[in-house]
Amino acid sequence: MCVLVRTGRRLFSIVALAAGLAVGAAPAFAEATLLNVSYDPTREFYKAFNAAFAAHWKAETGETAHVNMSHGGSGKQARAVIDGQDADVVTLALAYDIDAIADKTGFVAKGWQARLPHDSAPYTSTIVFLVRKGNPKGIRDWGDLAKPGVQVITPNPKTSGGARWNVLAAWAWAEDAFSGDEAKARGYLRAVFRNVPVLDTGARGSTTTFVKRGIGDVLLSWENEAFLAIRELGPQAFEIVVPSVSILAQPTVALVDANAARHGSRKLAEAYLAYLYSPEGQRLAARHYYRPVSPQYADPADMARFPQVKLVTVGERFGGWRAAQQRFFADGGVFDQIYPMR
Amino acid sequence: MAQAAHRGTPPRVIPGFGLTLGVTLAYLGLVVLVPLSMVGVEAGGLGWAGFAAIAAEPRTLHALAVSFGAAAAAAAVNAVFGTLLAWVLVRYRFPGRRIVDALVDLPFALPTAVAGISLAALYAPNGWIGGLLAPLGVKVAYTPLGIGVALVFVGLPFVVRTVQPVLAEIDAEVEESAAALGATRAQGFVRVVLPLLAPALLTGFTMAFARGVGEYGSVIFIAGNIPMVSEIAPLLIVIRLEEYRTDAAAAIAALMLAAAFALLLALNCIQAWHRRRVGAP
Amino acid sequence: MKLSGSTRSAAVSEGRFARACLLALGLAFLALFLLLPLAAVFAEALSKGLAVYAAAVAEPDAVAAIRLTLLVTAIAVACNLVFGLAASWSVAKFSFPGKSLLVTLIDLPFSVSPVISGLIYVLLFGAHGVFGPWLRAHGVEVIFAVPGIVLATVFVTLPFVARELIPLMEAQGRGDEEVARTLGASGWQIFFRVTLPNVKWGLLYGVLLCNARAMGEFGAVSVVSGHIRGLTNTMPLHVEILYNEYNFAAAFAVASLLALLALLTLALKTVLEARGAGPAGGPGH
Repeated sequence: MCVLVRTGRRLFSIVALAAGLAVGAAPAFAEATLLNVSYDPTREFYKAFNAAFAAHWKAETGETAHVNMSHGGSGKQARAVIDGQDADVVTLALAYDIDAIADKTGFVAKGWQARLPHDSAPYTSTIVFLVRKGNPKGIRDWGDLAKPGVQVITPNPKTSGGARWNVLAAWAWAEDAFSGDEAKARGYLRAVFRNVPVLDTGARGSTTTFVKRGIGDVLLSWENEAFLAIRELGPQAFEIVVPSVSILAQPTVALVDANAARHGSRKLAEAYLAYLYSPEGQRLAARHYYRPVSPQYADPADMARFPQVKLVTVGERFGGWRAAQQRFFADGGVFDQIYPMR
Repeated sequence: MAQAAHRGTPPRVIPGFGLTLGVTLAYLGLVVLVPLSMVGVEAGGLGWAGFAAIAAEPRTLHALAVSFGAAAAAAAVNAVFGTLLAWVLVRYRFPGRRIVDALVDLPFALPTAVAGISLAALYAPNGWIGGLLAPLGVKVAYTPLGIGVALVFVGLPFVVRTVQPVLAEIDAEVEESAAALGATRAQGFVRVVLPLLAPALLTGFTMAFARGVGEYGSVIFIAGNIPMVSEIAPLLIVIRLEEYRTDAAAAIAALMLAAAFALLLALNCIQAWHRRRVGAP
Repeated sequence: MKLSGSTRSAAVSEGRFARACLLALGLAFLALFLLLPLAAVFAEALSKGLAVYAAAVAEPDAVAAIRLTLLVTAIAVACNLVFGLAASWSVAKFSFPGKSLLVTLIDLPFSVSPVISGLIYVLLFGAHGVFGPWLRAHGVEVIFAVPGIVLATVFVTLPFVARELIPLMEAQGRGDEEVARTLGASGWQIFFRVTLPNVKWGLLYGVLLCNARAMGEFGAVSVVSGHIRGLTNTMPLHVEILYNEYNFAAAFAVASLLALLALLTLALKTVLEARGAGPAGGPGH
């Protein structure tokens, strides 16, 4: 019944508005709800985390907290929030997508990234290669992706956060490999994307394409998504290749101030985000293949699964996400130039 | 409104004209016409040059070609097998005929997404049918062939249900006289039955085709969704929308709507022809 | 007039062998394209055992999806029922200029891709749409919420009832109503006592098809839903989400509920057709 009331609530609000009535004192809403609009590969993590948080919140306040989830490509999800998706918190793949919400709507307060520790990134990840068992195409590093006859699967950088990390990681390698020759780096990236047969809108779509549909030789994947694919769909079919260098991917989280204020859910939302940094939140992140910012709270066995990778950061290499977004992914940017087939 | 309706025409005996037509027009306007016109408004915002540029993008053209091509191929398959099924259902008596007859409508009743995941499971290389085809080197799921399979599923009842009643009406005497004139069974079918069926068959074909062009749910699970290979036009609309190129989405939608109008017009013409054929004593 | 093979002379019926071949071919085609997909749904749903099946169906998000689907369907069918009655009354009982255009317009949603049916409401009510900013300012959510899903479903299922009733009422003419009128019945009395009983089976038939499509609509709803688990996911969308989470047994479990519904629809449809309802001309897709 409760669920029905919740689904009907938004509809109610219209009816109530039309009739000029206040829905008012409705005891049915003793349950506190949040909407977390997230990106693709976090599904399994937040499923576990939401349950842990609900138990924590119940113990703390006696209140039942229910967190609703929406998943999709990070850029797409950000645009949905800009377009009116009623998120209380956003947990997206990269800071720029939250910047975009702040810039375009003001729903998220400026300076949001300083409100939480570690630049509002409670866990990090990186980009690795998922290849078919035995690595038949002999893919060892970024350079191999540009070889003719290698099919590369990545989502669309216009809609997916993971794909933007993919591009920046590849660029970072190319800059080093070609000693900073930008024309050669562009040529390299163009060759890589010429090898891309399909651009899904989100990371999960790409994983499905590679894993279920059997398309492509290598999937550029979030580390956690690659681990998950192997766990869910068979270690006998795939293996992970760790490139010589990759990028420190920092998925960021933020309170959507305007929506939380409207729902009166600010306190709950803040507690929810803070809990991501708690020992339990960190432990769950590591369990679901995210690299926790406080590894001391994670199971050592979980930590042992993460391979050692040389990681560059967006801050030091690309001057932060705003600069990177402008240079690579804005209309007419590097990506549009090297991938003209839209 | 009711008074206005009385003016000029003899008074109507049955009341409620103003009310029902008013409700009909208002509802149709609010739910269908105003929202649909938004496609024109949004696409119009691009201007002719912008619209033409999107329409001429290779990816747009290819997606439209895939949608129309696969729909035409599937409708053709259905025209053959749908007629065969209608023939079997009308002319033969066999155990379970009523169940088979009812089952033909399954695609109308089964949600397209369910059909999509089910077909994908069947035709994937590790599926029941895909497993049999894989050794032969035939890939169906995640190729354009898969789109065709999904559209055959979706379109079958249109052909069967339009051909079936007409076939039932065809008098055996016509065929008998053809036989008496020395025609073989096959000749009798091609020269006598088929022409009589033609309008119904064409109606069914066009309906299956129109439905196939716009189909989304059953296709996206089984098509590879690879741009320039197996990406259908409705999927491209969704992708443009997700990229927040709303105007581009509307432009492709406008092209598809124009095609839908044309098909609807064609259908009306065929049906008028159909009525003349069948209606003739 | 239906003729069985045995009553036809040999000259106009195929030989026994040809007949068996045609029958086998037709049934094989049907089995391959219709029966096998249906069977696959249930086979996959039960592939991990009954316990997994029951858990998938009873999971709170699945239950929420079922409730949302029922809510949306109830609203959409009710709206289109009223519309269908009004439209068929005006079209069948009166003559007026532009009638055939009106009938064509009623059919229009059948020819529109479901994706476009969703897109148009995004263009109208999205934050950058015509009414978006005003709605947002007044705290009314349409897109990414239940009203958007209802609107898209109403659009897609609009023709079903009207399309069923118009030919039926036209075939019945207006004689009964005119007699009732001359006997002094009011408009509503005519409607409830004369017209409605005359068309009840056809009406039920239209409602049945409308209901089936409303529950199963995917493309249009997918565009306007925010894909929020437990909140704006209808059953077909929930199936997609589970499928994308590699949770195939659960995806097929929820899908099997929809498949059962489809079978129920077919059974009821057969019953109604036996009572004379159903396709007079074309199919009621």
